This record gives sequence, structure tokens and C-alpha cells, in this order.
Amino acid sequence: MSISADIDEIKERNKQLIQEVLEVYPEKTAKRRAKHLGTFEDGKADCGVKSNIKSIPGVMTIRGCAYAGSKGVVWGPIKDMIHISHGPVGCGQYSWAARRNYYIGTTGIDTFVTMQFTSDFQEKDIVFGGDKKLAKIMDEIQDLFPLNKGITVQSECPIGLIGDDIEAVSKAKSKEYGGKTIVPVRCEGFRGVSQSLGHHLANDAVRDWVFDKLGNKNDGFQGTPYDVAIIGDYNIGGDAWSSRILLEEMGLRVIAQWSGDGSIAELEKTPKAKLNVLHCYRSMNYISRHMEEKYGVPWCEYNFFGPSKIAESLRKIASHFDDKIKEGAERVIAKYQALMDGVIAKYRPRLEGKKVMLFVGGLRPRHVIGAYEDLGMEVVGTGYEFGHNDDYQRTTHYVKDGTLIYDDVTGYEFEKFVEKIQPDLVGSGIKEKYVFQKMGVPFRQMHSWDYSGPYHGYDGFAIFARDMDMAINAPVWGLAKAPWKQASPAA
Amino acid sequence: MSQNADHVLDHFELFRGPEYKEMLANKREQFENPCEPSEIERVREWTKTEEYREKNFGREALTVNPAKACQPLGAVFVAVGFEKTLPFVHGSQGCVAYYRSHLSRHFKEPSSCVSSSMTEDAAVFGGLANMIDGLANAYNLYKPKMIAVSTTCMAEVIGDDLNAFIKGAKEKDSVPAEFDVPFAHTPAFVGSHVTGYDNALKGILEHFWDGKAKTAPVLERVANEKINFIGGFDGYTVGNLREIKRLLTEMGVEYTILADNSDTFDTPTDGEFRMYDGGTTLEEAANSLHAKATISMQEFCTEKTLPFIASHGQDVAKFNHPIGVAGTDKFLLEVSRLTGKSIPDSLTRERGRLVDAIGDSSAHIHGKKFAIYGDPDMCLGLAGFLMELGAEPVHILATNGTKLWEERVNALLASSPFGKNCHCYPGKDLWHMRSLLFTEPVDFLIGNTYGKYLERDTGTPLIRIGFPVFDRHHHHRYPVWGYQGGLNVLVTILDKIFDEIDRNSNVPSKTDYSFDIIR
Repeated sequence: MSISADIDEIKERNKQLIQEVLEVYPEKTAKRRAKHLGTFEDGKADCGVKSNIKSIPGVMTIRGCAYAGSKGVVWGPIKDMIHISHGPVGCGQYSWAARRNYYIGTTGIDTFVTMQFTSDFQEKDIVFGGDKKLAKIMDEIQDLFPLNKGITVQSECPIGLIGDDIEAVSKAKSKEYGGKTIVPVRCEGFRGVSQSLGHHLANDAVRDWVFDKLGNKNDGFQGTPYDVAIIGDYNIGGDAWSSRILLEEMGLRVIAQWSGDGSIAELEKTPKAKLNVLHCYRSMNYISRHMEEKYGVPWCEYNFFGPSKIAESLRKIASHFDDKIKEGAERVIAKYQALMDGVIAKYRPRLEGKKVMLFVGGLRPRHVIGAYEDLGMEVVGTGYEFGHNDDYQRTTHYVKDGTLIYDDVTGYEFEKFVEKIQPDLVGSGIKEKYVFQKMGVPFRQMHSWDYSGPYHGYDGFAIFARDMDMAINAPVWGLAKAPWKQASPAA
Repeated sequence: MSQNADHVLDHFELFRGPEYKEMLANKREQFENPCEPSEIERVREWTKTEEYREKNFGREALTVNPAKACQPLGAVFVAVGFEKTLPFVHGSQGCVAYYRSHLSRHFKEPSSCVSSSMTEDAAVFGGLANMIDGLANAYNLYKPKMIAVSTTCMAEVIGDDLNAFIKGAKEKDSVPAEFDVPFAHTPAFVGSHVTGYDNALKGILEHFWDGKAKTAPVLERVANEKINFIGGFDGYTVGNLREIKRLLTEMGVEYTILADNSDTFDTPTDGEFRMYDGGTTLEEAANSLHAKATISMQEFCTEKTLPFIASHGQDVAKFNHPIGVAGTDKFLLEVSRLTGKSIPDSLTRERGRLVDAIGDSSAHIHGKKFAIYGDPDMCLGLAGFLMELGAEPVHILATNGTKLWEERVNALLASSPFGKNCHCYPGKDLWHMRSLLFTEPVDFLIGNTYGKYLERDTGTPLIRIGFPVFDRHHHHRYPVWGYQGGLNVLVTILDKIFDEIDRNSNVPSKTDYSFDIIR
């Protein structure tokens, strides 16, 4: 059979599969969900699905909320600031240290990432408002954590509903503490349709409460022509570190990390960068655009998953600089060639031809595809938890003709898709992990790296390859069916 | 370059390579505007002092590292304990993502739950439309036998009325009129996850017993010989409920476990994903009205549910997460009293084996000082067991502990000479505990996974017993109740004690004279 016939068959299968899952929904819901499910057609400008639309009640969306996007993603990793989960206790509790944003520092003394600071709202705070409590909390923070470099207020749902003025409290306290950075963020969970608005609000808060209050803070900054900032890397399992090392090795000077292992001082210096390199476009394109407009800092997207994309990205970043950096990029690529060859020689034979289905957050539904392909694997389905149309446009550069696309997939759809397509590996989140493992399908968490990582950079790719191999080739998946329950072999 | 294809370095080792260490040191020096190391050291030492402790305990508004979660988590935990029941949390959707993640991280199991995904417009107009669509979608998609509704704080703040909304949704044919949709308001700004457990269970019993929100006749109680059993919010629910079933079966007691999520959180890997598994049947839930009595293993998880049950004419008995010999004795005697069944010799033998084990090991535990934190009832159960072992609880802390809990703890401590140097800390958090461990050190800390930060900072060895435990696997499959459970807890504590003795005596030619082969 020819390849094109194969692809036609796949497209037809996808169509039927989508039809099948939609049949279970009430009519109105089926109509709405239909717009989010599709098959990528080669040559199209996007993936043919609608995105960034409200999730439908009752369908078991995988999405989170704006608070998760701001506190959990953008602000939480800034290590020398204290982030108050402002409202009831739960949000801060469930997100406490769960994202594996690695950092160096003395926790509780000059660093606070893996701590849970909350205003623990009680009924009286809802009834009478929480502003006074918030002010007192800031005083207590100053008293008990004197080395903190700033405070953010991460609003939970009730804040916006009870009419609290967290901006006024923040301004007053900032003044009282001699211009201390205090950032109120209106990231109440009911705002927007997913984490995505929380990223945006958090970016805007950096603009309004950090950049716009810079004053002369950067006056003494000694710049170089090779200053860059890493934007949109949360240092999960050390991702930003295994990226930074490559940028430095090619001759660049990384003046800031946003926001994994980041500090307020680094955020403040970033407008002085010569180039912002942006990994997670979804969560930090806003501030990158702002810095371009206001400070004239250009930005460039890159992808540090897998040797093919890493080399492409190093060259792309280098193209913004002089020959010294361009040579540096080539030198780095050459330096790691042997390691990459070794990794691929070891793992590719074990993974060749294996099929993967993904469903992840900001950049990974497309960014990791190259890394799988470097190992001879094929991504046959992918989708975004909270992507926008510009993500799906970018995805067209990665996916193959006939890839099944599912936006804001529901628990039901994902289960049915995997059941029918029978991939060799599913990459998604903790809520999905055990569902598929019960089905006997190997799984890797692709938000937390399943407690492994880093996966970025050359050092990370070795770990990525090892992890995918150990997931797919674990003997346990051969044990799922009891011998007496296995279908007898065909005669 | 330290990475290697033949021996892939993980994050543990990778970043300890010289190239990374240098890179990170430069980052700090050049770009982070760090505090002076001497300043960090000064503050670090200061946080260990009495002075800091006083300031820390002077906090009135700020909570740091609390040991509690919010109500709907408990409601979800209850809901999945009923046959083919889908938890439905009305309000913002992010909350549901959090509950599911939290439960999955502890049990290493799927956790199914839906949200009504309310957003800004629902904040303005109320979430009725979300309830109508949400129930219809959940019903069609996940084919539950029951949908148990609870609320996030968003829905509570705007004042959505679940009773009216569910009625409204049924009028719009979201689900059939006779389909069971029990509900409970579970505001996150009141109580904690144990309160949510209580509210949700009461909501379900009220639904079945008291006329399904005026859509069915109120059931008339016809007392029978069965007893109901309520476990409460419990990270060991899988092991514990199975152990309780075994004990009750040994005694020949007819029973109904209410909210039996022991199978839900322990499904097999055999090629099939079971969204629902096991659980109290809806028939059993309704018929539990007729039971002779109800036993709650956790008083503070059933503060409203038990009086509700008592008001329907049943005997009720409550415990505080009993662990150990005396705790289990009391439990079995109470079962025996309520049912008239005698305690069989087989259980007396089990009891003897636990006593035997304690006798064998007592010398290693006697006099050891412990700090305990966790949910209110579990703190009581653990403290009781420790004193039984001759250990001395010194700090007992429950962020969700109340005045009544404090009274219970103090009464327990007063009952034993081993409790006389112990203080109880209701409403305090783990940053308070940090001060306690520095200023009044103990030998061991018992708590959940978050206790590892205290272990790191204060050097107090952590024994992981509680919820959640994310960083050790499968302990939830083993009971801590019953004599067998007591043995499990004993061994968990002993293992840590022996590991510590070995760790403290393993330096060659310095301390290893005590590195004994027999202990």
C-alpha cells in the first residue's frame, strides 16, 4: 500500500473516531466539541480546530485556572519573592511545590519557592473583606522573612467577587516599605477559560508593577553585546539550567531566567537584554512583545527538545549575533555530537516506529515532537490544554499529515482516542497518567517530567531518551493481562 | 561535560558537575543580587531562636505551610465511595483539576471528577446554566448511577443555591427526575477537607433517608441488626477499610461501609480503566437508615453526620482514628456491645501478636520524643499509640484542629504519664512546628510528605504517616487500623528508628563500634 493511501486511511479513521465520540454528547455539546477535534491536513495554515474557548461544564476538562497560570506557572518560581495565595487555603495547598521548579537558595530564609504562604480566608474575611488581613500579612512577612525581595498577591476566586482592593493595599505597603516591590495579580480562577489568562495577567503585572516602577534601578548595569534572557523556561527538573549552559557555551551572557530559578533582580535587568529567547511562547509572549515595543528588545522563539531542534535553535539564536556567536553555536553543536550519537545509537533501536499521543500545556504539544522523531518515534495525535490559534499555527511546522488533533480534550474523548489508536506511549499529566496505565498503555507525565528531567538541552535529551525507553520497554506492561485471561492465539 | 549515554545522569547528579556548579555560582553572583552569605546565616540562626518562635507564634494573619486542604476535596473523597458515583463540583474548574491531581498524587490512581466550569459570566448571572449543561453532559458522557454535587468557594461567594439549581436542571431534563443528585455546600473558607467530608456524607445520607429533596417519600426506619461504618477522610482508606471489613466479618457482624472508596483508589492494572469500582451501593446507602448503629472512626470528620444519624434513632459511636492495642480494643468492644457479637479468639490471637511485637521492640521506642502533626483524629490516634509504646509525644499540631479537638487531646494526654510533657497546637501551621522543633527538639517527627521540609531544616527524622504522602509509594494500601494496622505503624516507626541508629553509628573507626548487627 502506498503512503498516501495509508494517510487517507488514517484520516478516514480519525473522522470516524471523532464522529464516534461526538455521538455520546448531548446535541448542543457535540456541536461545540466538534470544533475542537480534527485531523491535520498538510499545507493548511493551522490545525483546523477552534481553541481558547470556554470549557464545557461537566465534561471533565483537564484545564486549570488563571490562578494556576499566574501563581503556579509565571510568578511562583521567582525565588526571592514571597507569593501569597490570597483567599481560602486550598489553591495554595494543592499547588504547593508540585511543579518542580528547581532553584538554588536557602528556603525560608532568602528563597521561598517551595513554601505555601496563604491568607487562609475564613468566613469573616469573605463577609468583611480581606484587605486589612492582607496588609497585616505583609507586615508579618516583613517581620518573619526579612530577606524577602518582594511580595506578590495571587488572587483566588473570592477576591474579585467581594470587591477587595488589593492594588491599594499593595501600593500603600510598598510605600511604607520604601518602594518594596509588591505586585497584586488579579488572577482569580474564574477569569478567562484556562490557565492561559493567568499567564497573560501575570505578564501584565510584571509590566505594571516591576517594569513601570524600575526608575533608575538599571542605571549601573554593565551590558555586553551578548546579553540574552531566557524567557518561558520554568526550570522543571532543571530545564533552564541545561539550556543556559548551552547559551553560555556559545558565548552569550544570560542575564535573566524567566522564571525558573529566577529572581526579581533578573526580571528587572531584562529590558537591558540584546535578545530575549523565548521557549514557552504561550505563557510569556506577552511580556516579550512588550519589551520589544517599549525597550526595543527583539525576541526569538527556540526549541531545546532533541538534537535536531536544539541545533536549529542554536543557529537561529546565533543569527541575531556576530560571527563569534555563530561560531560558538557550531562549536557547541559539535561538542555534543558524540553524546547525541551515543544516545541515539543506544535508544533509537529500542524506540523506532513507536507511536506517541500527547496532550499537554503551553509549548510541549508541538515542541517535543522533534525529540521523539530524533528517536525514530512518531507523534500520531496531539492537543493543547490551553493553546490559542497561534499555537495551532505553529504546530503545523511539527506535525505530520493526518495527525489527530484534540483541543481541550475531555477525559472521555482522550480515553476513547487512545483505546482506538493504541499508541505505544501517551504523554500527558498526572490526572491522565493512571487512566492510561490501567489500560496497559505506557505513560510519561510531560508537565513534571514524571519527577525526572531535565529534558531541555543536550544533557536533558539523554534523560528524555532514557525515560521514554524505560516507559515503553518496561516489563510491567507485558504483565497486565493474566495468562488465563489472554485470548487464545488464532489457530 | 558529565552527561553520558551509557550512564545517564539524573538531575540529582547532573547539576553537581563542576560546569554546572560554576555556572550557577556565576548566575547568583552576577545577576541575582543575592543577600550576603553572612546575612543569610545570621537570619537562618535567628529563625531557630526563642525570640523568633515568639514572633512566629505572634502571627495573626499569615499562614505558612498549613497542614490542611479545603472542603471540596473531602466531598470528592466521599462521593467516589458510592457505587458508580461521579463527583461534580459546582464553581470554577481549576479547583477540580487540583483535587484530582492531589488525590492521584497520593493514591497513584486515577481520580475522576467534573466541574461546572463557571467563569466571569456565571459570576455575574449565577451558575444555573452551568449546572443544567454540566449535569446533562456528565450524565451522558460518564454514565454514572449518581452525581454528588459540592461547591467551590466561587459558587459559595456568589450564593448559588444547589437545591434550587439541581431542581431547575431536572426540570430542563438534564438528568431524569428520579436520578440521584445529592448535594452539599462545601465552602472552602469554612473548616477544611474533613469538614467537606462531613458535609458531603451528610448530604448523601440526607438525600436517601429524608426524601431526596422532597421528590420522594421520607424513608421510615425499621431497625435491623446491621451496623454502619464510617471511615472519615483517610489517606489509608484502601488498607483500612479492607481491614475493617475483615475484622467485622471475623466477628460475624453484618455491616455497611458508608463511602467505601477502598476499591476506587486501588483498581488493578489489567488493561481496563475503571472510572468506577466498588463503592457503597445506593441501595445500601438508603438502607443504612435501618441500621442499629453507626460507628465513625473519625469524630472530626463526622461532627454533623453523626448527630444527623443519631437524630434518626440510631446508636452512634465515635473514635479518633484509633491506632494500637487499646484503640483497637475499644473499637472491637464497642462493635461487640452494639451488635451483641463476641470478639472471636482469632482476633484475640491477633491482639496477642501485636502485644508480642511491641514487647519485642519496646526498648527501642520507650522514652523517645515525638512531634506529630496531621488531621485532628489521626493526631489523637497516633498519640494514643505512642504513649502505649512508652514513647512521649511532645508537640501535637493540627492546622484544622478546633477547641474541641484541643480538649480531646488534653484529655488523652492526661490519661498517661507519657503525655505529661506534651502540648497541643490547634490552628497552627508547619512554620510554627519549625519553631517548636528548633526550640524544643524531639527525636522524631510524624507527619505527611510536607514534613520533609522540616526534616531538612531541623534535622528531625520524619516518619511519614498521614495525608498526603506523595514521595513514598503504596503505604496507603496497608492498614493502620486493627491489630494488623497497629503492627504496620509499629514497623514503620521502628524502621526509621533503626535507620537512624545505623546512620548515627556508621563512621568507620569513629562511631561504628555501635554499628551492631543485632538490635
